[in-house]
Amino acid sequence: MKIAVCVSHVPDTATRVKIAGDQKSIDPTGVSFVLNPYDEFAVEEALKTKEKFGGDVIVISVGGDQVKETIRKSLAMGVDEGVHLKTGEVLDSFAIAQALADEIKSLGCELVFMGKQSVDYDNGIVGQLTAEMLGYNSISVCVTFQLEGTTVTAEREIEGGKEIVETSLPCVITAQKGLNDPRYASLKGIMTAKKKVIQEKPVGSKPALVENLQLKMPVAKNPGRILGTDSSAVPELVKLLHEEAKVI
Amino acid sequence: MEKKILAILEQRDGKIKKSSFETLSVAQHFASSLEMTVDAVVIGEKIENASDVFSYCNCNLVHFTHTDLQLYSSSAYKKIVVEYASQQGSEFILISNTSLGKDLAPRIAIGLNAGLVSDCTALNLNEKEIIATRPVYAGKALHEVKLNSQVKMYSLRPNVFKAVQLENKAEEKISTVAVENPDLSNRVKEIKRSEGKLDVAEADIIVSGGRGVKGPEHFVLIEKLAEQLGAAVGASRAVVDAGWRPHEDQVGQTGKTVSPSLYIACGISGAIQHLAGMSSSKYIVAINKDKDAPIFTVADYGIAGDLFEILPVLTEEIKKLKS
Ligand SMILES: Cc1cc2nc3c(=O)[nH]c(=O)nc-3n(C[C@H](O)[C@H](O)[C@H](O)COP(=O)(O)OP(=O)(O)OC[C@H]3O[C@@H](n4cnc5c(N)ncnc54)[C@H](O)[C@@H]3O)c2cc1C
Ligand SMILES: Nc1ncnc2c1ncn2[C@@H]1O[C@H](COP(=O)(O)O)[C@@H](O)[C@H]1O
Repeated sequence: MKIAVCVSHVPDTATRVKIAGDQKSIDPTGVSFVLNPYDEFAVEEALKTKEKFGGDVIVISVGGDQVKETIRKSLAMGVDEGVHLKTGEVLDSFAIAQALADEIKSLGCELVFMGKQSVDYDNGIVGQLTAEMLGYNSISVCVTFQLEGTTVTAEREIEGGKEIVETSLPCVITAQKGLNDPRYASLKGIMTAKKKVIQEKPVGSKPALVENLQLKMPVAKNPGRILGTDSSAVPELVKLLHEEAKVI
Repeated sequence: MEKKILAILEQRDGKIKKSSFETLSVAQHFASSLEMTVDAVVIGEKIENASDVFSYCNCNLVHFTHTDLQLYSSSAYKKIVVEYASQQGSEFILISNTSLGKDLAPRIAIGLNAGLVSDCTALNLNEKEIIATRPVYAGKALHEVKLNSQVKMYSLRPNVFKAVQLENKAEEKISTVAVENPDLSNRVKEIKRSEGKLDVAEADIIVSGGRGVKGPEHFVLIEKLAEQLGAAVGASRAVVDAGWRPHEDQVGQTGKTVSPSLYIACGISGAIQHLAGMSSSKYIVAINKDKDAPIFTVADYGIAGDLFEILPVLTEEIKKLKS
């Protein structure tokens, strides 16, 4: 079985965001980029599935040359092949999904793992968009995954519990934290990853469906009040919550 | 032809959810400003509170019913909505960005050739165009976008838009459609509930504990306060990683994004990833013995002291207030 895993290259979650001069993107100076945290769960699940059923795992990432770093990281974890869908533009989710869908189709992958959300733009939609473009089934925000023959069963997180969802291959699964414990790349893995060839394919440009107008900082909150250093401040706190904030 | 807005509503256990009333209010607002009419759909076997819809929106409500549709089926729900919206020629489509909405919205977008902006926290009109605002980088920045597609779809972050009751309840226009052979190729077989627990994603008040609580056995302090307030219990990642609390309680960048009206952080330092998930709460209270902890930079009210001393008193005071 050929398994695809789609990964994005995102600013580290500890990044302090600054807006760039164009007012449309973030200033990348001093920002370190990592493999999207949710995609680590996707890579791990792809590798576990391969270990159980055999096959090949192919990692795909859409973006500029910098995404190669994230492809390499996945290769170092044990992924077999890498595909870089190269573009110089910032694509919207629909264009990213289209590029991924086209590639997944030509590779003939029946099972695809992605993250539930990319922690840069937090859209949380590329997985289902790609699945729909391919006409595949999909289950999002999974905390468990099971494959038996062509039947796929997964649990997804919902408000106040979990849903057990059943469907069949071909299928896209998006990973939530809790799905597994991602492995660390071994030294040997890192060495072999360096030697692996990453296939590069250009992505055609398309008019954006979602137009980027402006990126801005949220309005800063007024500094709050420290009411005291022990429980003698509690009555005032309760009074403020009741009378000023009116939230209790 | 008359222009149309479609509001997709969500039921759980046969009840339309509060977040759907928020969606209806937004639909009502745009319908009046843009002179459009509103259709609403709800899918499920039985709906108990359908009549409440008309307290928020003057619309045509269509209830699609089938015994197998009480639980969510992404394949069936998608087909029903896509067919209905195509028939109606709906131009704007609104849905709440709940766990169901997150899963369903992109599927419908593809089915209708629509653009989608997910997790919106504001929709503003500029000349008759909708400018959508959504938090990005876990709320560290805001992104303004517009859709260039014919059909436009927006999913709305729950708890952000107000559900506003109409002055006069609108006329009840409900039609029920029996669905034939729903496509159940992708379906929920069962729901496992976390018994008796209020979910942080849906709670109006959250009391959260961090490493300062010192151990799972002391979370009873947090739970007692939460009980008095009718609140959900949240947690920082440090305590989830330590196994003191389940992952579903985690608030933050890799946990849940919440915007309750009151968030009480106890023994939480306020790491950037934690703030990312809760800084859009309407009011924030911090209890932390380190007065320089970053949580105080987002808190409206704080007590820079020992939570073991403060929480029991706070619980008692709230009990007094409520009685
Ligand atoms: C990729 C990534 C994603 C992450 N995602 C998240 C996330 O989603 N959510 C999240 O929360 N974190 C997340 N983190 C972790 C985050 O960086 C912090 O490590 C974590 O939030 C710290 O938790 P804490 O505040 O409970 O613990 P600490 O930082 O250890 O803070 C404990 C606080 O308790 C106070 N305290 C101690 N004793 C008392 C007392 N008796 N009374 C009152 N106060 C007391 C201390 O002064 C201190 O401020 C993430 C990190 C990474 C790298
Ligand atoms: N540029 C990209 N290249 C490859 N996969 C991506 C890209 N962007 C998003 N994805 C995948 O889609 C998931 C959801 O992303 P998003 O919808 O952008 O939040 C991510 O976790 C990745 O698995």
